[in-house]
Amino acid sequence: MPNTSNAPTQSYVPGEHPDLKPPIGQTGILLWLRKNLFSSTFNVVLTLVTLYFLYLVIPPLVNWLFLDAVFQAGSRDECRALGEGACWGFIDKRLGQFTYGFYPIEERWRVNLTFLLLVIAVLPVLWEKMPKRRLMLGFSLVFPFVSAWLLLGGFGLESVNTDQFGGFMLTMIIGVTGIVFSLPMGILLALGRQSQLHFIRWLCTGFIEFIRGVPLITLLFVASTMLNYFLPPGTTFDLLLRVLIMVTIFSAAYIAEVVRGGLQAVPKGQHEAADAMGLKYWASMRLIVLPQALKISIPGIVNTFIGLFKDSTLVVIIGLLDPLGIGRASLSDSKWQGLATEVYVFIAIFFFICCFSMSRYSIYLENKLHTGHRI
Amino acid sequence: MAQTLEQTGLPPVRPPQSSFSPGKLWTDKKSRGIIIQIIAMVLFCAVVVYLAGNVVENFQKLGKPFGFGFLKQESNYDINQTLIQYNSQSSHARAAVVGIINTLLIAVCGIILATVLGFILGVLRLSKNVLVNKLTYCYIEFIRNVPVLVHILFMYGLMVHALPHPKQAIVVKETFFLSNRGFYMPQPLFQPLFWLVVAAFVIGLVFAFWYRRSARIKQASTGEQSPVFWVMLASIIGLPILAYFLSGMPINWEYPTQSRFNLKGGMAIKPEFMALWLALSMYTAAFIAEIVRAGIVAVDHGQSEAAMALGLPRKRTMNLVVIPQAMRVIIPPLTSQYLNITKNSSLAIAIGYMDIVATIGGISLNQTGREMECMIIVLALYLFFSLTISFFMNWYNKRIALVER
Repeated sequence: MPNTSNAPTQSYVPGEHPDLKPPIGQTGILLWLRKNLFSSTFNVVLTLVTLYFLYLVIPPLVNWLFLDAVFQAGSRDECRALGEGACWGFIDKRLGQFTYGFYPIEERWRVNLTFLLLVIAVLPVLWEKMPKRRLMLGFSLVFPFVSAWLLLGGFGLESVNTDQFGGFMLTMIIGVTGIVFSLPMGILLALGRQSQLHFIRWLCTGFIEFIRGVPLITLLFVASTMLNYFLPPGTTFDLLLRVLIMVTIFSAAYIAEVVRGGLQAVPKGQHEAADAMGLKYWASMRLIVLPQALKISIPGIVNTFIGLFKDSTLVVIIGLLDPLGIGRASLSDSKWQGLATEVYVFIAIFFFICCFSMSRYSIYLENKLHTGHRI
Repeated sequence: MAQTLEQTGLPPVRPPQSSFSPGKLWTDKKSRGIIIQIIAMVLFCAVVVYLAGNVVENFQKLGKPFGFGFLKQESNYDINQTLIQYNSQSSHARAAVVGIINTLLIAVCGIILATVLGFILGVLRLSKNVLVNKLTYCYIEFIRNVPVLVHILFMYGLMVHALPHPKQAIVVKETFFLSNRGFYMPQPLFQPLFWLVVAAFVIGLVFAFWYRRSARIKQASTGEQSPVFWVMLASIIGLPILAYFLSGMPINWEYPTQSRFNLKGGMAIKPEFMALWLALSMYTAAFIAEIVRAGIVAVDHGQSEAAMALGLPRKRTMNLVVIPQAMRVIIPPLTSQYLNITKNSSLAIAIGYMDIVATIGGISLNQTGREMECMIIVLALYLFFSLTISFFMNWYNKRIALVER
């Protein structure tokens, strides 16, 4: 009997419960581990297999990318002598070309300035609470013309031919031009496809379906081989400009479909309300329908932009020197042969950073504009 | 005055229709629409006439006739992968057909592999295991944010540079050879009796679908369930195998052999095909994975809870309740991914896989100088493929769509 009175499980005085710790494995990291990694036999196996897979892949990858890599070297043989990993010395040596293509070296400040202005022009578009946003938006509208002048020259600057454009600069030019011009064009096409006027609707539908039905590369071939036939004899027409036009109409057709989805999601009552207010077609579209439709289609539009940015690499096939083209050209240098992997990994990382940030921004925007209920 | 009248609720007094005035044409909605359409039509026709005029003038100036007669000429170039008889004496038309078949081959193979990979990745992405989930997320994000052309070139680089020369090929049991000239495997040589196996396969297929149909009818009327999956598996796969052995194994295999500089005999999958196939499938699978994930997430929790409340086991809940509803969400975007694979297969030209763009739109175009005709053929074919795929997928989508009252 006296033994039991010593047992700690006796009843406590009310209000004076001792603060016992929760059992081991019910809080903190152990609980998290058990819940997320080892909840069932199958999960344990899955975790172990994944860990083994990571063990197989990660160390060699890190070694190749960083630890054994050579960051400074004059040729491939030098690289191989210094380390077994990636030969980033090659990228280091050619970084200028990868960025500017064959843009004259003493004029490269113009590209840098354009890029700086691009950042300034993009900021007010993306950042809603920017001070003096209206003024800055005005600058964003002027920016395309300023940048064209800066890059091409003329009017006091030394003029540069477009076949000297290349590298990431070319990617940015194609991407930004395509994005800027394809959005309004896509919206107009989408409105045309929804129009009451039969001929307009038929024309827009035909155009959109044709463009979406063929691959971009064939359109680029059309631009590079066939377009001359449609122009008056003797006209020459800059290849980059032709490519820009094709890329723009290509992505406009996709944007048109995305926006059409948004337009269809706007309830009919909104149109009718706008009509009842006595708004004309364009006013009702501008003030009532499009703001709602565009809000819905933002993720799709940004995805189209990401696609356009990635598709800008295709110009290498018709002979423009985008990063892939520069990479190929530099690989034919006998000092650096056999470094294709480094080139492709480098380009892949560049595109990953650009496209991933775009998609993150789109998710942020989507959340911000999501004013309705959330399930 | 007019305002007060309207406010009293009386019908507005319309002035008597005055005689026609041109200004009204524009203020009236109907006639304005007609005017706009006429203007658009005139402008459109003017542009078409202008472009056509330029084309005719350009052709005359260059002294080129327009026509598709060149398709019958000898092509004078070789194609490294041909599924039908073709050599450099064949016509351009035949080269185009070889290109079409190669395009279709890569599209079909790509669609199959991408779908399988994409569904696996999508399910892994939904795993409750955090490690698997996050790892899949990283993989998917990395793959889909890198241009497909980079994937293709990188893969091709791997095939050509990282794989060994035929002399040091990776050999599995003296039957399979993997080298930078391609993946070599035994080629089946069909003996006359092989038709029995084909017949068994066809019979098995017909029987399997008949069985599935009758099992469904039986379940609908009595509620009894039949082992549909196993019976279908047995009749589609088992029956041909049985026929194969019963008819005395009517396939001879031609094994590839290593010669001094190359591999000989057997069936070879060229590195161009492999690189394009793997790269396209990997790239598209990342997109399909996200589609699959979104589709499964879109099915309301209440659905699977209701199914469990009815006492359905987990597997049948998936098969009968969740997946059918998820498919409705998945199919439309999946269609556009299939179209994307077909269209992205045109990037084959970057690594020298001879698809339709590389044959008729590439070498034939350069040899004959018929830019216009060749590009028209290529564009028309792609339009045809795209429209066919979207037609079939729309039909399928309509079939499984929710029938709402």
